Amino acid sequence: MNFQVVVLAGGLSKTMYPLVSKDVPKALLPVGNRPLLSYVLELVEASNIKDIIVVVSGDDAALCVGNWVTEAFHDRLRVEVSGVSEDLDTAEALRAVSHLLTADDFLVVSGDLVCDVPVGAVAAAHRRQGALVTALLWPHPSTPNSETASGDKTKQPTTFDIIGLNSTHQQLLYVSTGMQSARDFQVRSSLLRAVGQMEIRTDLVDAHLYAFNRLLVQGVLESRPGQKSIKHDLVPYLVRSQLGLGVSSTIVGSPLEDRVENVNHLLDAEAFGKNRLQVAHSGLKCSTYIASKDRYCSRVNSLQAYLDVNRDLAGPEAIHLTGYTVSTQNNVIHETSEMGWKSTVGPYCMLGDGSTLGERCSIKRSVVGRHCRIGSNVKIINSVVMNYVTVEDGSLIQNSIICSNVILQERSMLKDCQVGPGYVVGPRMEIKGEALAKKEKL
Amino acid sequence: MAKKGARTTEMADYEVHVPLQAVLLADSFAQKFRPITLERPKMLLPLVNVPMIDYTLEWLASAGVEECFVFCCAHANQITSHLNKSPWMSQPDFTVSIIESHDCVSAGDALRVIEQRGVVRGDFVLVSGDTVSNMSLTEVLKEHQERRKKDKLAVMTMVVKKSKPSPLTYQTRLGNDELLLMIDPQSKQLLHYDAVREPGSRDSLQGNSIQRHVSLDRSIFHDRPVVQLSNNLQDCHIDICSPEVLLLFTDNFDYQQLRRDFVKGLLSDEIMGNKIFTYEISNEYAARVDNLRAYDVVSQDIIHRWTYPMVPDILCAGPKASMRLERCNVYKEGGVILARTAMIGENTVLGEDTTVGDNSSIQQSVIGRGCTIGKNVVIEGCHIWDDVRIEDYVQLRYSVVCDGATVKKGAILEPGVVLSFRVVIGSEFRVPAYSKISMVPQPTEEDSSDEELEYADVASGRADSPRSPFTEDQSTRNGSISGDEDDTAEGPNWDPIEVGETGAGYRWAVRDGGQEEEWRHSVAPIPPEKIQEIVAANREHDVEEVDYDIRALGGQDSLEEEEDEDEEEEDDFEKEVAETFLRAARGVSGVQQEHVVIEVNSLKLAFNKTFADCAGAMFKAIIDLALEAPHPTAKELLSITKDVFSRWGSLLCKFLKGSDDEHEVLLTFEEICIESHKEFAPLFSQVLHMLYDIEVVSEDAIIAWASEKQYADESDKVFLKQSEKFIQWLKEAPEEEDEDEEDDT
Repeated sequence: MNFQVVVLAGGLSKTMYPLVSKDVPKALLPVGNRPLLSYVLELVEASNIKDIIVVVSGDDAALCVGNWVTEAFHDRLRVEVSGVSEDLDTAEALRAVSHLLTADDFLVVSGDLVCDVPVGAVAAAHRRQGALVTALLWPHPSTPNSETASGDKTKQPTTFDIIGLNSTHQQLLYVSTGMQSARDFQVRSSLLRAVGQMEIRTDLVDAHLYAFNRLLVQGVLESRPGQKSIKHDLVPYLVRSQLGLGVSSTIVGSPLEDRVENVNHLLDAEAFGKNRLQVAHSGLKCSTYIASKDRYCSRVNSLQAYLDVNRDLAGPEAIHLTGYTVSTQNNVIHETSEMGWKSTVGPYCMLGDGSTLGERCSIKRSVVGRHCRIGSNVKIINSVVMNYVTVEDGSLIQNSIICSNVILQERSMLKDCQVGPGYVVGPRMEIKGEALAKKEKL
Repeated sequence: MAKKGARTTEMADYEVHVPLQAVLLADSFAQKFRPITLERPKMLLPLVNVPMIDYTLEWLASAGVEECFVFCCAHANQITSHLNKSPWMSQPDFTVSIIESHDCVSAGDALRVIEQRGVVRGDFVLVSGDTVSNMSLTEVLKEHQERRKKDKLAVMTMVVKKSKPSPLTYQTRLGNDELLLMIDPQSKQLLHYDAVREPGSRDSLQGNSIQRHVSLDRSIFHDRPVVQLSNNLQDCHIDICSPEVLLLFTDNFDYQQLRRDFVKGLLSDEIMGNKIFTYEISNEYAARVDNLRAYDVVSQDIIHRWTYPMVPDILCAGPKASMRLERCNVYKEGGVILARTAMIGENTVLGEDTTVGDNSSIQQSVIGRGCTIGKNVVIEGCHIWDDVRIEDYVQLRYSVVCDGATVKKGAILEPGVVLSFRVVIGSEFRVPAYSKISMVPQPTEEDSSDEELEYADVASGRADSPRSPFTEDQSTRNGSISGDEDDTAEGPNWDPIEVGETGAGYRWAVRDGGQEEEWRHSVAPIPPEKIQEIVAANREHDVEEVDYDIRALGGQDSLEEEEDEDEEEEDDFEKEVAETFLRAARGVSGVQQEHVVIEVNSLKLAFNKTFADCAGAMFKAIIDLALEAPHPTAKELLSITKDVFSRWGSLLCKFLKGSDDEHEVLLTFEEICIESHKEFAPLFSQVLHMLYDIEVVSEDAIIAWASEKQYADESDKVFLKQSEKFIQWLKEAPEEEDEDEEDDT
């Protein structure tokens, strides 16, 4: 399939503080004991698409990611890692690598996507409908009703998207990335007149996986430098542009390539505003691919999401994504790990290779990485422990993220904490709800 | 309804015995069919040679309704006598009872009367007497009743049908306006009902006032994740109602129209929580003859047999003569005499005993009974009722010609003409498009701005001519129609400009604002130039929309919009304050300072502002007042400003509750000097001094301002430097010197 894939892998994301560091950019954070980026790359590989451009913000981070990719995907994929300036938003990053795109259509995937929706299906849907853009949407696991009832809403107040679809659910008609749920929203009545009926849904989540028509998007990016974000600027713009009222008979009916050429030509024209209407009637439209409910799809875009996705990957929903074999106790314990007397690892847990547990330890609903040394009487609940972590006797870790090379000295108690790499927690410390990080040397 | 729970099943058993009832409103409470409806009620107008009400009754009877209450108001006696003559009163399983009332002006009133009579016992079908349908009610009634068992608040089920409005004229093929519905796709609950162009409102009559955006409240998503927004559904005006609907009308005595008041009222009322549901039909026919365009369209649908079994050859199957269906949808009743050379085109109906002369051609038209059509006549797309005489060489296009009318030799009717009963058009006369001609003069006082008053008009029209109801009896022909101001009773002194020589009738003036709309609701097809006009308007609209898009695209949409809003509000507030102030300053009838204070204080509450905002706005207003006077030099401007402030300074002080507010005044002044009125820039320090002198701003405020500005950009410090001396002096001067200085000025 003549598709290219652009993976926006981020860099030293601020939202993931203090988890990321110079050595471990967001793309390489271990999720389910594997680097985050590997999920996207394998997802793409499974659809037999081999041309991949990984966009990393920051040159240092790009170097790290590049090294890892060459090591892990050598001989498997043609991956080009491209570093861009750190403060670029998604559409700007896309603009920066736009010259590398050659295929007719390309996919843009967020590097923090963990999902099992076949990318090939999205690409095929895109081709079949000759779309400008095809967005992957997936049904929200919980209804907005329960969301408002629980505290879930306070955690993610901004992800209340409003999406308008036509009656066959194939065309994307309206996108409003909801800012405040209380405010009214407006729908252009000309849009409604053109389509007659529109289904407005709030139970779909934009998965940040899009298939784009290359020529058109290159044209838009070039002519509209104000577009910063793919989700907030580019996609809404394309959605708005697809239906105009002006009719251009010259464009309609010609083969797709010509139409795109025409469109591109129009975009170059000075009077962009007027011609836009003609773009709209070139028969290109914005379409959607709605993932079925039983697929797993999630993004690691917050600390909470990081914990959730780790738990999901260890649990029954998404364990198949990791490729590990599950034991009869529903957990994944590497054969080289060692467990002391009366230590237990509950179901839906992971224990990486070379890790050792002392006596009377208990691990529940947690992921423990490689080569961790865990003392006796340690309890780890609902947490993620990365690699090379030392936990001394009698410690308790609850609902926390412990980064690599951290040392927890004896009887330390952590609850709702994030501990950055290399941090040392002193003995008998009781910490709740804090982000701990080593002071970086300037 | 009070007892529920364990006895539900018993209740259900009991309810089975309640016969299915229908309420048929035999009065449309509108005047879209005037002038015809002045003489005959709309429900008795022939639709393909059968009175409209017979379609409705036939459908109700066939759909299993057992009891039907016909509510009549205008021309009640005509409807009563029609029903008494008709077979409807003697059907075995279908009883028709007539409810008469004479003081109703709206559907709301009618339903209130019905409630008072207490005849409705259970769920009922509410239709208007101009409904043509062949839908089965079984399914929709079942849905409605099942919903009611679960949810007592589901009071009504509305029947809708797909029909997309034209993208150009935004009206459906039935001439109705675009309808915006929001429906929950799972439960089919109706969440929003909006006729985009409300027929009653004045401002909607301009063609370009179409709403650009549909605003919807996000709170609807609290209960459901998905809603369906559609404008391709048409309201069939067939409602399945629970008895509560009548109670709701009684409780809300201001509800007039079913849709505009009742449905919208119910949807917006969150306290009672009553719900309306929709039921979509797809293979069945349902339409309401709401206007002349709908009349034409429904006629054609009937001829094309979409409404089967409500088709002419079945409905007209009388004992005397039966109607035959021939090829190409040509229907002929017995006794039709056609000349050999007459050409009858497709989709045409010819009534009993009609004769057509040589070389005449008739297409897409309905001709009533007993008509005489001469030679070489052209009739296209017309509705010609009974006993009409059309002489030779007449041309008729897209017109409605009522009973007993005569069109004399060689006359031409342009599209959209309506000739009411017994009108005579003189020979060789050309009737301009969209004319409406009647033997009844147009009522003089036309306060038709509100549809509610329409019935009152009808009533007064009746009062004018007490001899109506006109019957088909020829004896009243040209009879003594005593118009009020026109002495027309004598007969043939009609205006030849209106109806031609030897013609008879009044040409009705087009109501104000109606002209634009005539073409929308006429039987004539929309003229091409209108379509072009609309297309042109749409182009403009598009361009504007593009502008809107581009504006919205300028980066962070949401943030900008919000800022805009804030600014707008700010502007509004300042404008209000300025106006209030100017009223006082110009000495408008007794507005005094205290009044200004009160008014501004109320504005402050209304706009949720602080005293600082008030002070700033007031200060701006005062400066504007000073600028109003001519001020050729800076010096004069200064002196004018001083004058103004000496008069109004005290008013300004009323809003200065602390040094923060004074600070705001300084900032406002600075802003004025930089942005709006640069002529003040050189005077900054002097005005500052003056403000200090009249105690508008205190020493503290000035010093606070100065110290804040210390760290500002160089460009911002222009005024600080200008008043440096003054500030220096303020800082150093002891109290007494202050006093001295004040004495000096």
